Amino acid sequence: MVRTSTMVLNGNLTVQMNQTILQNRKQRKNGHVNGEKRTNFPAAKGVSCRQYSPESFEQAPMYVAVLTYLGFGIVTLFGYFRDFLRAVGLEKCHLAQEREEQKEFVPMYQDFENFYTRNLYMRVRDNWNRPICSLPGPAFDLMERVSDDYNWTFRLTGKTIENVINMGSYNYLGFAENNEDFLKTVADKTLQYGVGVCSSRQEVGNLSSHEELERLVADFLGVESAMTFGMGFATNSMNIPALVSKGCLILSDELNHTSLILGARLSGATIRVFKHNNMHSLEKMLRDAVCSGQPRTHRPWRKILIMVEGIYSMEGSVARLPEIVALKKKYKAYLYLDEAHSIGAVGPTGRGVTELFRLNPADVDVMMGTFTKSFGAAGGYIAGNKELVNYLRSHSHSAVYATAMCPPVVEQIIRAMKCIMGVDGNTVGIQRIRQLAENTRYFRSRLKEMGFIIYGNDSSPVVPILLYMPGKVVAFSRAMLARKIGVVVVGFPATPITEARARFCLSAAHTRAMLDKVLHHLNEVGDDLCLKFSRRKISPRPVLFNETDFELDS
Amino acid sequence: MASGQQWVLVEMVQAFYEAPAYHLILEGILILWIIRLLFSKTYKLQETNKLTEKEKEELIEEWQPDPLVPLVSKDHPSLSYDIVTGPPSHKIIINGKECINFASFNFLGLLDNDRVKQKALTSLKTYGVGTCGPRGFYGTFDVHLELESRLAKFMKTEEAIIYSYGFATIASAIPAYSKRGDIVFVDEAACFSIQKGLQASRSVIKYFKHNDMEDLDRLLKEQQLEDHKNPRKAKVTRRFIVVEGLYMNTADICPLPELVKMKYKYKVRIFLEESLSFGVLGEHGRGVTEHFGVNIDDIDLISANMENAIASIGGFCCGRSFVIDHQRLSGQGYCFSASLPPMLAAAAIEALDIMEEDPDIFTVLREKCTSVYHALQGTSGLKLVGVPLSPSLHLQLERSSGSRDTDQRTLRRIVDYCLEREVALTIARYLEKEERYLPPPTIRVLVTVEQTDEEIQKAVSCIKEAALAVIS
Repeated sequence: MVRTSTMVLNGNLTVQMNQTILQNRKQRKNGHVNGEKRTNFPAAKGVSCRQYSPESFEQAPMYVAVLTYLGFGIVTLFGYFRDFLRAVGLEKCHLAQEREEQKEFVPMYQDFENFYTRNLYMRVRDNWNRPICSLPGPAFDLMERVSDDYNWTFRLTGKTIENVINMGSYNYLGFAENNEDFLKTVADKTLQYGVGVCSSRQEVGNLSSHEELERLVADFLGVESAMTFGMGFATNSMNIPALVSKGCLILSDELNHTSLILGARLSGATIRVFKHNNMHSLEKMLRDAVCSGQPRTHRPWRKILIMVEGIYSMEGSVARLPEIVALKKKYKAYLYLDEAHSIGAVGPTGRGVTELFRLNPADVDVMMGTFTKSFGAAGGYIAGNKELVNYLRSHSHSAVYATAMCPPVVEQIIRAMKCIMGVDGNTVGIQRIRQLAENTRYFRSRLKEMGFIIYGNDSSPVVPILLYMPGKVVAFSRAMLARKIGVVVVGFPATPITEARARFCLSAAHTRAMLDKVLHHLNEVGDDLCLKFSRRKISPRPVLFNETDFELDS
Repeated sequence: MASGQQWVLVEMVQAFYEAPAYHLILEGILILWIIRLLFSKTYKLQETNKLTEKEKEELIEEWQPDPLVPLVSKDHPSLSYDIVTGPPSHKIIINGKECINFASFNFLGLLDNDRVKQKALTSLKTYGVGTCGPRGFYGTFDVHLELESRLAKFMKTEEAIIYSYGFATIASAIPAYSKRGDIVFVDEAACFSIQKGLQASRSVIKYFKHNDMEDLDRLLKEQQLEDHKNPRKAKVTRRFIVVEGLYMNTADICPLPELVKMKYKYKVRIFLEESLSFGVLGEHGRGVTEHFGVNIDDIDLISANMENAIASIGGFCCGRSFVIDHQRLSGQGYCFSASLPPMLAAAAIEALDIMEEDPDIFTVLREKCTSVYHALQGTSGLKLVGVPLSPSLHLQLERSSGSRDTDQRTLRRIVDYCLEREVALTIARYLEKEERYLPPPTIRVLVTVEQTDEEIQKAVSCIKEAALAVIS
């Protein structure tokens, strides 16, 4: 049941892809439905500059799913048992209680709402919110904390666990750094301006450095204009409502980030969700939408906005941008691309997925991204043509009501962006981008060799390793921390119930030695906990880009 | 009973055997007919409605969407921003002109404070700028924990939680508790972030007239009647009152003691947004609870941003652990956003230190507010909106021309007149189409402790002059 698909990375092929999509439709019309199977792009053969970027989502053996459900079943049953014990007073309830004066109020939380938190999350919550006390660079210091009451409360011991390798932070290009020479401009800005702004952009919070940053962002992305906002999450949630409203349709990928979903919900537009990165699903929805219009009234939609992410943060998959652009052009929809994780992190010069696919940025109507990840700062941007940005400048919720971005953060972004762009002839930025790409390639191929199931695109620095079973998730995270490696694990409800995973974020700042250490420990822990679920045969020497390895199979 | 039933059954079988063949055939046909009627469609909706592929292609060809965004005219009042060069502290350079700042929410003058800057700088040297992760995934720094416990201590509550953006604080907090089907009673003058939070919560929203406790009482009574009709539903419907301490849009204070009475009378929880009153009202700057001497535990949740008095970035919620802790898994802006840059958190801690060390700062601010308030009374053509204690006042046209645009332009001329004479003011900006109850156009006058008496004098006379020159 290996589902592999091949993507062609060549801007010149957009037209051909368009045809392929047309062909696919023709086939369907004749009754030859291909299902998940994707057509090879024949035109790619013999093109010298072609690159393949395989994206795989290997399915686990059946027994794994059964055991996972069983695991959840046992924990849930145990939870009910504990709840029963608490109800009859045999077990002490550690959760904070409502005040006496307000006991008669309608309960703040329903009992079942907190079942999961109380009985499952509490047992394992030492794996999240681990406090750190150093720079979030390639290695960091964790504050040791212990719990005397099975995770109901934590106590900081005052000791630190030093030099833990950081595989969790989104520090893709290593700009989370505290080198005084690099940060000189930021320090100067802090001394000159202080840290706040105390006004919104439309009132008196529009500093000249904001305008400088916006010109730089537009330059960097190769678009006409850009606008920046103080928080990445809010960039989505406060600007989508300015773009679409009632009578508009949003087609949203099922794995889109919460901020996109919130923005879509606040906009009042109709939202339909298509299957993750599934172009058939998207095209079907587009076709239906244009043909049958709005529900009940059957009026045509005012506009259709497709919302996708560049790199999906939990899957490591890359949006199939060439096909999406072809579809959007065919159906006259607009495209909103959230590059929170991809800007700076992919593409030969770090310009994100448009560059990865060699597309013209003008083909994407709304380019959104954040500065939190690759730039080691905070905030977000929206870029596109002049009309879009002018409209946002006058109608964005953020510009009117929220405090403007703080000057030291602005300076950090400017510094990082100039470094990536190689302004004043430095090559540090481009080296870091290459280093990240190399780290990604190395780490991913080694994991595959070891037999882990990993998700996502080969060029994505977000690497999820599937762990499946709830018990293993926790054991994995604790075992890795014991080996001084900080990992991020996520399970239900952030992922589907059977697909709990650990997520590694690679950084250009990781040295080969660090990665080797991580891989070595991963290998051992993987054997100890039986985490190597892959049944794929991969030759020991990675002949990774050999076409025959990626036979299509439906 | 049982034997009787058996007898009926036997009789039926017997009757079946005895019935004539034509009868059975007729009945059989009837049964088949009924089955057919049951399973067939009398009308053929699908077929008449189905489009052929060609028709679909034509529809796709024909459909013309609206442009992504409407064109903004070049002279749209909110398109061209004033450009500020240099720090927007006591003095501010707007469009190249150095002015005394009456336009920033820097009430305590902490933006330009050397101690705050130094603390931020020290933090920068250790932690760099960004946190590169949400709180859950190694984005929790010791500075964050310290700031949270300091805020809780300052406000005398059990717990505090920080957000990385002021606007997202209350906008995330409300939907963390109030869900679909719950009821929120909210003041009409509530600021935009509250409105967005309410919208995200998908709860039933009931607006009461601004600061009108009778109106709120009426709504609560109505709800009580409703609850009597359906007690089962009432038992699971959470109710909240959402108010602001010091209103952003009207510059007056909510009647908190009455609200607390209502709370216990009708068993409704109170959420209080204190972005303007935190660090302003009360003897120690603890906000509107301290101002009225209300027990802070009676308020279920207090939210404020650290972008005004504290002059940093971000926001926080505080209250009892029972309430606040829930946001650590349910506050969207908390869970899914990168955490606050440590240097900004460090700056906020230092600001809190200063506020704790020197509570006189609040007395000074109060005095300045009152003197500005009284001095601005009787400006010809302009009405002062707000209470004497508010550092954020509004100047509104006494007589509106009837057109919002004209009013805006008139006010803008006053602002420009003052800018010429080195007094920086700003027009309060709103999204006119998005606001639930759009406030009238006003000029903001913001008081800070840095403004000297002479400067206040100058500004007041300048505003009066401008009003005379522009309005008459």
